[in-house]
Amino acid sequence: MAADTLLERITDYANRANPYPLYAELRDAGSVVQQADGSYMVGTYHEITALLHDPRMSADPRSRTTPSPGPSEETARLPFLRLDDPEHHRLRTLAMRPFGPPHSPGRVDAMRGEITRITAELMESFQTAPQIDIVDDFAYPLPVTVICRLLGVPREDEPLFRQWSDTIVASADVTTEEDTTERDRAGRQAREEMGAYLVGLADQHRGRPTGDMLSAFANEPDPAMRLTPEELAETAVLLLIAGHETTVNLITNGVLTLLRQREHLDLLRREPDLLPRAVEELLRYEPPVHMRERIPRTDLDVAGTTIPKGAPVVLVLASGNRDPKRFHEPDRFDPTRPDNEHLGFGSGIHLCYGAPLARLEAQAALGALIPHLSTARLLQDPPPYRQNAMLRGPRHLPVQL
Amino acid sequence: MAGDLRDGRIVIVGASLAGLRAAEALREEGFTGSLTVVGDEPYPPYDRPPLSKQVLLGRVAADSTGLPMRRDPEADWRLGVRASGLDPLGKRVVLADGKSLPYDRLLIATGTRARTWPNPEEAALDGVFTLRTRDDAGELAERLAAGPRRVLVIGGGFTGSEIASACRERGLEVTVTERGPAPLVGALGGTLSKLAAAMHRNNGVDLRCGVTVTALRGDASGRFMGADLSDGSRVEADVCVAALGAVRNVEWLADSGLAAGPRGIACDAGCRAFNMYGIVTDDVFVAGDVSRFPHPLFGYQMLSLEHWGNAVAQAEVAAHNMVSPGPLRRPHLAIPTFWSTQFGLNIKSVGVPTFSDHVVIAQGSLEARRLAMVYGYQGRVTAAVTVDMAKSLDYYRHLIETAAPFPPAPGAADRPIAADIPVPSDVPDPKGLSHGPTVALTGYLPDRRLTVVHPTG
Repeated sequence: MAADTLLERITDYANRANPYPLYAELRDAGSVVQQADGSYMVGTYHEITALLHDPRMSADPRSRTTPSPGPSEETARLPFLRLDDPEHHRLRTLAMRPFGPPHSPGRVDAMRGEITRITAELMESFQTAPQIDIVDDFAYPLPVTVICRLLGVPREDEPLFRQWSDTIVASADVTTEEDTTERDRAGRQAREEMGAYLVGLADQHRGRPTGDMLSAFANEPDPAMRLTPEELAETAVLLLIAGHETTVNLITNGVLTLLRQREHLDLLRREPDLLPRAVEELLRYEPPVHMRERIPRTDLDVAGTTIPKGAPVVLVLASGNRDPKRFHEPDRFDPTRPDNEHLGFGSGIHLCYGAPLARLEAQAALGALIPHLSTARLLQDPPPYRQNAMLRGPRHLPVQL
Repeated sequence: MAGDLRDGRIVIVGASLAGLRAAEALREEGFTGSLTVVGDEPYPPYDRPPLSKQVLLGRVAADSTGLPMRRDPEADWRLGVRASGLDPLGKRVVLADGKSLPYDRLLIATGTRARTWPNPEEAALDGVFTLRTRDDAGELAERLAAGPRRVLVIGGGFTGSEIASACRERGLEVTVTERGPAPLVGALGGTLSKLAAAMHRNNGVDLRCGVTVTALRGDASGRFMGADLSDGSRVEADVCVAALGAVRNVEWLADSGLAAGPRGIACDAGCRAFNMYGIVTDDVFVAGDVSRFPHPLFGYQMLSLEHWGNAVAQAEVAAHNMVSPGPLRRPHLAIPTFWSTQFGLNIKSVGVPTFSDHVVIAQGSLEARRLAMVYGYQGRVTAAVTVDMAKSLDYYRHLIETAAPFPPAPGAADRPIAADIPVPSDVPDPKGLSHGPTVALTGYLPDRRLTVVHPTG
C-alpha cells in the first residue's frame, strides 16, 4: 500500500493491537514520509531524536499553518507540554518546585513506601478471585491513587475526573479526520471544567496546606514563583491526566509482555535486581506513548527532505524504539539489553516530567506481581485495546491466576 | 591472532577513572589474561568531580566518592606505589619500590596532578592547599568547616570558581585572584567570562582580575595568614587554595623514548602511543587526561582534555583496541564534553570553545542567566556552552558533528535578537592566565613549524 496512507492505517483502530509492522513499513519508506493530508511522519531513531532536540521545532499547536491553521481560540491557555521556551521553561520549572530537584529532591523517592502499600492493598483482592482484569483491578487504580495523593485530589472523585480525562485524551489523539471541530470543543470544555475543579481544590488548601502539590502551588510564598489561576488550572489538569493515563499502559504492557514470553518472567523471578532494566526495556519495546506531534517554525531540512514551516510532523517514538539502525535485534524483548537509550519518555526539553515517578510505580507494581504470575495465563490475546493510538495500551487484560 | 590478544599480560598504570573503566572494558571484551593496575594513591578508584562541589559543602564525605564498578575486573591492584620508569624494549614497568612488572601490552592512564604554588616554602605553609585528590578535599573541607575568616583562591578557572562558590554557599568570605581579565575566560572566551565575573560578584566574592599573587605570608609558626598582590594590595586570609590548573604525570616516562611532554603523551586516533620520532607503537596505549590525540573535527590537531567523559570514552576505545586485531580497531572520535556547577548555575560545554573566532547567543539571554552560546570557527559550528539549558546540548552536538554553518540557522522560539550579531569569541592566550585551560589544542599551525620537545616536562 502507498506510504502516504500510513498515518491513516496506524490510527485505524483495527491495527491497534499490533502497529509494529506498520512502523517497519514507515521506516522502510524513508526517514521523512509525507502523508496524503500534507502532514509528515518520522519513524527513524536518529531523525526523531534530532527533531526532538531541535529548538526550531514547536510543540505549540498554534504554530500549525498547513494544511489547516491550528486552533486559535485557545490563545493563552495551553499546558507547558504544548508550549515552547521560554514560556514552557518558566511553567515547567514552577511545576517542578514541589515535585523534583532542585527544590524537592527527595519527593518522588519518599513515595516509595506508599506505592508499595497501595500495591499490596490492591493485590489483597487477588487472593479470592481466580480471574482478574490487570487494568481495572490493578494497573489503573495504582497510578490513580498515587497521583491523587501526590496532587491532593480526593480519590473518591475518580468517576468525576475520569470522564473529563477520557474526553481530553481523546481530543488530543493523532487523527487523519478532517473535521475535528466537535472533538476540539468537547476537549476544551472538559479542560475548563476539570481546571475549575482542580483550582477549587487548591483554593480549599490555601492557608491550610496538607503536604500535597496543590497545597504547595496554592501556598507559594514568593509571588514571582506563583502560578496564576489559569496557569494552575492548565498545569494541574496536565499532571493529573499524565500521571495516570500513561503508567497504566506501562504496567499492563509489562504483564502482557511477560505472560507472552514466560522465559523473561522466570528470569525476573530469579533475578529481581534486573527489574529496573526490564522496565527500561519495556519503555523501549512497548512504550505507553507512541507518538508526539511537532511543528517546524521554519522550513527544515531533515535527511534530504524539506519539511515546510507550519506543517504537522508526527514523530513515531515507538517506531524509533524499534529502529534496527539504532538497536540490535529491536523486535526482541531483552531485559538485559545494554545501551538502551529509548524514546519511551521522549527526549529534549519536553522529556517526561513524571518519568521518575513512572519508573518507581512500574518497578513496584511489576515487582509485586511477578511472584504471582508463575501459573497465570492470558485469557484473551491480543486483549481489547483502548481507542487511542498515541497513548496506546490494553483497555482490559483478563488473566487467570 | 584474536585469540592471542585476549590472553597475555596487560598492565595499566593509573588507577583512577580511565584506568578502572579500561580494566572493566578489557574483561568485557573477553580478555582472560593477567591484568595488573598500578596506582600511586592508596585508595581504590574514586570520583573527582564531587571533590570541588558536594565534599567542600560538607554534604558528602571525601572518602565516600568511590567509583562503582560495572563488573569485577579481576585485576591485581598495586595501590599506593608509583610507577617510576618504563623499559619499552624489555617491556617492563619499573615501580618506585624497586619491583618491576613485565607486560605484553601497556595502558598509560596516569592523568594529571594539581599544579602547586611555585615557591615551595610558601606552598608548605599550614593552610595552603591544592585540590585534586580525595585527601586534598578532605583536609580542605575540614578547614572550611572550621570557619576561617577568609579564603583566598588563586586562579579563576573551573576548579577555582567551584571552590569560591562552595565557600560562599557555606557563608565564608572569599577572595579570588585571576591574572586574566575574568574567571573562566581561558575555557569559555570573553562573553561568558563576563557573566562568570558577574556571578562571582553578585554572590559576594571579592574578585580581583588582572592581578597576580606575588607572595604568600605566614606567621612565626608557619601558618598561612595572607598574600601580597601585584597591585600592591594585601589579602588577609586563613586558607589559601592554589587552583592553577593541572600538570600531566609524564615525568616517569622521561627515559622511555615515548612522545611524552608537558602537554601529555601523543597517541593516534586508536590510542596507541607515539615514540619521540613520531613512530607509532603497537603495545603501548594511552587514555584519559594524560593523552593527546588527533581529532578530525578540529583540524586533526592534537587535543588534550581534562574531562570526565573523555576518560571514560577513551578508556573503552583503548581497551577494545588492545585486544582487537588491526582491522577491527576503533578510533576515538568522541566530541569533548564537560560540565561545572557554580553559584547555582549549571554550565555544560560540547566541542572545543577555544577553537573559535566568533560566538553568538543562539537561545536565551545573559540577563535571564539561561542561554546557549554557540562558537564558530571560519563559518562552521565548533562548540556550544549552555548555562542552565543542558537539554539543548544534544542539538548543538549534532551541529558540531555535521560541521553545520555558523551562525546556526534561525527558528528557535527562544532565539534572542542578539542571535543576529556574532561577536569575536575573544579567547586569550592561556599563557596570560592563572588557571590552565581544561581543554587545549596542542597541534601546530602550518606557519609555526618549529617546536622544541622537552621530554622531561
